[in-house]
Amino acid sequence: MSHPGVTTESRLVRMLLIGTAGLIVGLLLLMPLLAVFIEALRKGWEVFLASLHDEAALSAVKLTLTAAAVSVPLNTLFGVGAAWAVTKFRFKGRALLISLIDLPFAVSPVIAGLVFVLLFSPHGWFGRWLEEYDLKVIFALPGIIIATMFVTFPFVARELIPLMAAQGSDQEEAAVTLGARGWQIFLRVTLPNIKWGLLYGVLLCNARAMGEFGAVSVVSGHIRGETNTLPLHVEVLYNEYQFSAAFACATLLALLALVTLGIKSAIEHFTGHRHHGRH
Amino acid sequence: MSISIQSIHKTFGGYKALDDISLEVSDGSLTALLGPSGSGKTTLLRIVAGLEFADVGSGKILFHGENVVNVPAGRRRVGFVFQNYALFRHMTVAQNIAFGLSVLPRRRRPSGKEINERVRELLHLVKLDGLERRRPDELSGGQRQRVALARALAIKPKVLLLDEPFGALDAQVRKDLRRWLRVFHDETGLTTLFVTHDQEEALELADQVVVMRNAHIEQVGAPQEIYDQPRTPFVYEFLGNVNKLAAAAGPAQYVRPHEIEVKFAAEYEPASDRLAVVQHLFSAGPVASLSVRLEDGQFLEVEISRKQLDELALSEGDKVALGFPISDNR
Repeated sequence: MSHPGVTTESRLVRMLLIGTAGLIVGLLLLMPLLAVFIEALRKGWEVFLASLHDEAALSAVKLTLTAAAVSVPLNTLFGVGAAWAVTKFRFKGRALLISLIDLPFAVSPVIAGLVFVLLFSPHGWFGRWLEEYDLKVIFALPGIIIATMFVTFPFVARELIPLMAAQGSDQEEAAVTLGARGWQIFLRVTLPNIKWGLLYGVLLCNARAMGEFGAVSVVSGHIRGETNTLPLHVEVLYNEYQFSAAFACATLLALLALVTLGIKSAIEHFTGHRHHGRH
Repeated sequence: MSISIQSIHKTFGGYKALDDISLEVSDGSLTALLGPSGSGKTTLLRIVAGLEFADVGSGKILFHGENVVNVPAGRRRVGFVFQNYALFRHMTVAQNIAFGLSVLPRRRRPSGKEINERVRELLHLVKLDGLERRRPDELSGGQRQRVALARALAIKPKVLLLDEPFGALDAQVRKDLRRWLRVFHDETGLTTLFVTHDQEEALELADQVVVMRNAHIEQVGAPQEIYDQPRTPFVYEFLGNVNKLAAAAGPAQYVRPHEIEVKFAAEYEPASDRLAVVQHLFSAGPVASLSVRLEDGQFLEVEISRKQLDELALSEGDKVALGFPISDNR
């Protein structure tokens, strides 16, 4: 039981705080979301569906899905590996590695994009080498994947590091003394203990991978029907004053956000419930 | 199986955790590694298990004459019970116990039926029949500890290692489990090494007590021997209550509270006794404890039986004569 008067503010203050929070959420979060759907449907269902069936739109969706399908699994692997290394071992450069994992959060995505252009464009550091092997990175799918991976790298690792650090390595050590080998320990002891945190991290990683604009925008070159991802396609349409089409495509991203949010709260509800039962 | 530890060193960074440790553990014995925190006892246990590695080139650990220093933990056939049990939280009790069998390579792995049978036997052995399907978070501390023990025993270990086995339990459970473990050990005859910081636990349970301090072994011996003939002041002070008597000349003398004889002041013998005044009396329980002040101002703890207390009819402020045991090389 809480003790009113000690941790509770007066009624007026409470209402003021809750009201302000509600207002901000409504103005900044809910209204834009609503506006996306209203604008998308302003000219009716037919225009809405036609915008989604447009060849350029379909290609953008395909590219976005491809980029996510490559970068999310890879980042999941890297994230689990990094979290494992950082929490289960003590080694030189460990603190540096932890800081580096966070780097993509600290660097502006546009700068990241520019760095990749500097490295991989025909006049960049590796430009000549790539040309020799006839590899195209910038203004092509590989560049988009690299940029997406850079931006979304921290999500899985960030989610797992505190979780794995809190759990320690006792259970893994117990498994070792019982004769389990490395992969058995990971699959049967570590993974079940981190599965919800991992799912959560993958989910956030995916949402960001599909929604990333800045870094991808720089490396993509905006070639319509070729290197436009969904967020870039929305921008192109908007700049061409095709508002309804732009918002129609934006609804896809908005739906992605809503689905992500839904699964996220489901996970939180489920694990929260389990935690409650455990302690 | 006997364990022979031969000049093992371990440093963490610049910190010496074990400094030239040698120890013999005979087959079938129950040995306690006793010491305060930071004495190196847990590190030694972990090195025996293979969870930690001794400094390169530092020494040997022989299991029945065979050097296991380079044998990975999983192949040492060591049953290890962790301080907080380290049960697999997402598995049932049965799955926990069966873990060591289920990770065996296919050709050596028993069938599902055999594993179930073995789990049932082990649960019976640790007196937890019928709890197969419980989860660790549905068990009490004492039950968890026994599941951890059953899990360690499932691989038919040659040595059993326990890290602070009773540390996380409350007093009553602790005592029961301690006696149970002693009986269990005598029945199975499994060479057992356990770590504790509780001298009472070590003395009551073990055949052999190893007192450790600051990465060194201070003394090794049977409980009685360690208690009656402590070789260093540290062992004296660490094992049971002790009075430290500063002498006018020479080293300090150590006397246990129950070794001091309490007499009427009238029976004072100047040659061997010392006079003191009773400051406090604590007489709840079978043994009465007195706090007395010597004439030179030093305080001592003295223990006498309740019967003797009644005979002497002491109260606070009374003068008494104290007879000391004949001092040997203390």
